[in-house]
Amino acid sequence: MNFFSVGFRTLFYKEILRFWKVATQTIAAPIVTSMLYLLIFGHVLEGRVQMLEGVDYTAFLIPGLVMMSVLQNAFANSSSSLIQSKITGNLVFILLPPLSHWEILSAYVTASIVRGLSVGLGVFVITAWFAHLSFTFPLWIIVFALLGAAILGAMGVIAGIWAEKFDQLAAFQNFLIMPATFLAGVFYSIKKLPPFWLAVSHFNPFFYMIDGFRYGFFGKSDVSPWTSLAIVAVFFVVLAGVAINMLRRGYKLRH
Amino acid sequence: MTAIQIDSVEKSYKGFKALKGVSLSIEQGEFFGLLGPNGAGKTTLISCIAGLIRPDVGSVRIHGHDVVKDFRAARMALGVVPQELVFDPFFTVRETLRLQSGYFGLKNNDKWIDEVMENLDLTAKADVNMRALSGGMKRRVLVAQALVHKPPVIVLDEPTAGVDVELRQTLWKFISRLNREGHTVVLTTHYLEEAQAMCQRVAMLKTGNVVALDTMSQLLRRVSGSSLIVHLKQGTLPEGLRHLVAHDEHDDASKPDGKGNKYTLRVNEYGEVEHILARLRESGAEIDEMQLQQADLEDIFIQIMEGAPIR
Repeated sequence: MNFFSVGFRTLFYKEILRFWKVATQTIAAPIVTSMLYLLIFGHVLEGRVQMLEGVDYTAFLIPGLVMMSVLQNAFANSSSSLIQSKITGNLVFILLPPLSHWEILSAYVTASIVRGLSVGLGVFVITAWFAHLSFTFPLWIIVFALLGAAILGAMGVIAGIWAEKFDQLAAFQNFLIMPATFLAGVFYSIKKLPPFWLAVSHFNPFFYMIDGFRYGFFGKSDVSPWTSLAIVAVFFVVLAGVAINMLRRGYKLRH
Repeated sequence: MTAIQIDSVEKSYKGFKALKGVSLSIEQGEFFGLLGPNGAGKTTLISCIAGLIRPDVGSVRIHGHDVVKDFRAARMALGVVPQELVFDPFFTVRETLRLQSGYFGLKNNDKWIDEVMENLDLTAKADVNMRALSGGMKRRVLVAQALVHKPPVIVLDEPTAGVDVELRQTLWKFISRLNREGHTVVLTTHYLEEAQAMCQRVAMLKTGNVVALDTMSQLLRRVSGSSLIVHLKQGTLPEGLRHLVAHDEHDDASKPDGKGNKYTLRVNEYGEVEHILARLRESGAEIDEMQLQQADLEDIFIQIMEGAPIR
């Protein structure tokens, strides 16, 4: 297993080049979408609600939007690349060479991290003008951004391998990723929820990614960042394990 | 040295047995033809060789490396041109070839990439996006991708399907050169004249079984004779020659065609031609045109696929 092999680096570079060549769609569009969320929610709710003590709503919202962009775009990168390659048949160019399942997974996941963080950084740079943000624990910001993007990159690999048509991938994205992200506390603190939904939110791993990420900014969170880190790390190991197993077995790839 | 060793390979899809215990051995430096009708199992067998399909039973080795257990070494030794015209629409020809080279662990491979492009007449299209290429050009890129790591074993799955004469000539010239330099070439094609011209040895597959495996010269020797095509200006075929009329796909040609009487007669030895001509003369028939056609791979292929005994 060599994560820095020429094969890994080439596949990683290809994945970067793939999304960079359509940057308007893959980078600019999600930044604009997040900007719209900020303008609408920030304008309507600023001064009316307070999610964290001493933190303006717009300031509270920005880390949530940044993390949501990171997660959704990390997922989109690996999943769309794989499904496109499968459907057009050019996945054969990855399957014929002597690339190991570790190299394939790590290339797709690291490229997803780059895309997720690029969009997240873009969202941050644009939205940071609208509120005063503090960076209480920058290391936590970096750790949760990296882990969150890696998790969604691995999840994208799983979905991309599993789905046989765009329709199935869209279902995965719309019925799983999107609700899990939206209901993970991007726009609100889960402490504002009724007890039942508060309890349900604790079973959503996306909540821990966003809560931990936000802790890095404000030093305040709904649960301890260490708890979030442990849950997020375990979630990553499980998903990476599932993805690597699918690749090793050739599930829906090598018949 | 054995380039490809296939041992008792079986593969089923949802109850349908695509390969029923195929065993083959292809030596290094051979130009080997894998022939058969659609659905015979050729592409399944090639996919097993390439590691795209895992056999239910049996094993495949490339240069002694098992394609499943020792996949890295096996795939390094193999270049496959897939049958489907697939491409990545994001990249130019040069980017496509550089990426493919990198997947095989090769950096700074531009010299060979340029040579491959030159030999396949792709140089002018090097910086053109794959989407903008014609079908024939895309096919050339597929061939170039398979050769980008200089594999000692090259598998071509119907490489000339739907492509023009120019590409065929360019491709065969380059592939022949590689074969002369010691590369093993495995070819599947429906163009049997290509197989006859290129291949030294041939395996024929039918419904997942190898039904013929021999050198090209031996196979051609085994076919039951040649064909004598006679076009009579007047008169008909005498009764004594009727038993020689060919019973194959040329049946139509054995019947009068309206413009005169044209017959295709099977002859096993050249001496029989003299006998046929004598009989025709005796019957008063007048020959307008006559052609002696040597049996070719297509005749053998048809006989084998129809289950006719091969002598």
